[in-house]
Amino acid sequence: MSGGAELRVKIAEIEPVATDVRRFRFVAADGGALPLFSGGAHVVVGMEAGDRRIRNAYSLMGSPFDESSYQVSVLKTRDSRGGSVFLHERVAVGDTLVISHPVNLFPVDRRARKHLFIAGGIGITPFLAMAEQLSEEGARFELHYAMRARDCGAYAEEAARLYGGRVHLYCSAEGRRLPVDALLANQPLGTHLYVCGPERMIEGVIGAARDAGWPEENLHAERFQAPPAGEPFRARLARSGISIDVGPHQSLLEALEAAGIDAPYLCRGGACGQCETAIVSCDGTLVHNDHYLTPEERAGAAKIMTCVSRLAGRELVLDL
Amino acid sequence: MGLVFKTETFRDDFTFSNSPASIRRFPFPFDRDAYAYSVNIEPHTKGAPGSVFEFPIDVDEHYVAEMHDRALVLKADPLRCQSLPHMITAEWDLVELLMTSMAEAYPEHFTLTRDGDAWHWINRPLGIDDRFTFGDTATLPLPPMEYITRQCQGDFSLLDQRDNNLWMDAGIVTTQADWSLDFDIGMNFMEWHGPVPLAHEAGVFDRALKFLLNLQLGRPVRRLNWTMTINPRLDTSPENYHKWGTDRTTVTTENVGDKVHLRVELQALWRLPRSNAIVFSIRCYLIKLSELVTSPKWARRLHRVLKSLPPELIDYKGLTRYHPQTVEWLSKFDDGAPTSPGIGPD
Ligand code: FES
Repeated sequence: MSGGAELRVKIAEIEPVATDVRRFRFVAADGGALPLFSGGAHVVVGMEAGDRRIRNAYSLMGSPFDESSYQVSVLKTRDSRGGSVFLHERVAVGDTLVISHPVNLFPVDRRARKHLFIAGGIGITPFLAMAEQLSEEGARFELHYAMRARDCGAYAEEAARLYGGRVHLYCSAEGRRLPVDALLANQPLGTHLYVCGPERMIEGVIGAARDAGWPEENLHAERFQAPPAGEPFRARLARSGISIDVGPHQSLLEALEAAGIDAPYLCRGGACGQCETAIVSCDGTLVHNDHYLTPEERAGAAKIMTCVSRLAGRELVLDL
Repeated sequence: MGLVFKTETFRDDFTFSNSPASIRRFPFPFDRDAYAYSVNIEPHTKGAPGSVFEFPIDVDEHYVAEMHDRALVLKADPLRCQSLPHMITAEWDLVELLMTSMAEAYPEHFTLTRDGDAWHWINRPLGIDDRFTFGDTATLPLPPMEYITRQCQGDFSLLDQRDNNLWMDAGIVTTQADWSLDFDIGMNFMEWHGPVPLAHEAGVFDRALKFLLNLQLGRPVRRLNWTMTINPRLDTSPENYHKWGTDRTTVTTENVGDKVHLRVELQALWRLPRSNAIVFSIRCYLIKLSELVTSPKWARRLHRVLKSLPPELIDYKGLTRYHPQTVEWLSKFDDGAPTSPGIGPD
């Protein structure tokens, strides 16, 4: 079973919101209602880029209660493998795309007495939907948003306007840094922490929270990651007898799909565990880029997450 | 469609029975002649017209009687319906799922009119006509989950997803096959599956949990589960063991056909949109063996399945006291002929 039920959407609006960031608004292609979702959910957007089918996950950022449209933000990355460039340069209002149903791997914990959101850069997007949902439900939250410069901080002003004193902005170009330790030290009991942003920031904030004695159940991070590039390698599928080449900028999952295999996935970012595949043998070293397998499972070298992980070596034999 | 709701009881004089049409659509759970444990989860998609899988929420001739029985259970024991405070969004999700599904499938019995948050719900079989504001608990006569599940056959539990686990944090359970919401509430998936023999070693629950954590919106799943019950009793809760436990000793070779019932649960799981919780519905179908054997295929096959049941499962399902009489009675209907594939009757 692959990525799940699909929806056809039409691009209703494309708007530049910050340097290299564009906001896309999708409506249902048939003009009907889109499924509701919960704050923190993402959709996987499929793109037919020439002979390649690219699928990227983007957080839904609009109101979860808005059935008329979905909104995502796309940052154009320099080392893009094609998805963000495709959305920045090759699509126009009126084009149709196929997206997945919303999947939430970063939900709020509804038992929290207070929700503390820490966002870095484009990591703001899931919090916009969460803030909207919690504000509607009358729950208590605070949003702390760190950005490099004002013109990089998409949605800073919008968030400040919508949620007023609950939003705190930190712009490093202006010398304001996120006061992580002070923030973590001064929260009421029952606060849950949510972090989304660059990997280094997530590690730093979650690590600081652990050091400050926060319970593990109260810490949440969105750990999606784009599939990192690497050396090319070959994958042999033991059961079907097919051999495929995985290019340097292609993920193993994408190579499987290109070979016509309906491989399972949900997040395509190493977080959900859906793409876990058993390894028969491997000639080389596994490069585990996921956040799903435990250290013991990694050491065991019996499983790989095909969406982000790869092989440094010659050939990987999979139980597929 | 001509649904005629029966007047019948699931206690005391036990007048419950299935019409011939209801027997034919019974969800017989065995697709082969020998017992084999399997999780057998499949997509909860539209099934054949007339089958229990035709609509996401099945309403049948027992609807009114079952709802009456539920009200009696709740009156005697309000703890059969509980919800932790953080589940309120999931409760409203459930209201939407059940009302929209029932109204769409059975327009002659249920009508839902939505104008933004202003909803109007009509349930003709139960004589209910209510207007309320979706999301505003004060506008309903009961909390949302209790309100709607008093109008829908089957037990429901709402599972909160957090810390890579599922937590049974709300539910209404009045027709359970020997488990207790009051006992399980607040437990996680591994805890409430604690007592099932053989399945843990097989890693069945680890895989099932992983599967459910990734359950998607718009892609509900279902499975059939079964056990047996003496007399058509919906409420076989541990709380009431003193009332039904001794029934098991009353089975004789003469009364097997009337007393022993195959109890099939159609379990379905949906991801809910606003709360990201999962609803787990357990719809119970009962059929006495004398009704079941009107299908020769089912009679043969049930005989073979029960005969091949491992002792620990006979024990776990509580069949020990009447298993021999039941197998013996069913053997009269097994001529050794082969059975056809699939679960449907011949
Ligand atoms: S698709 Fe989610 S971990 Fe690979």
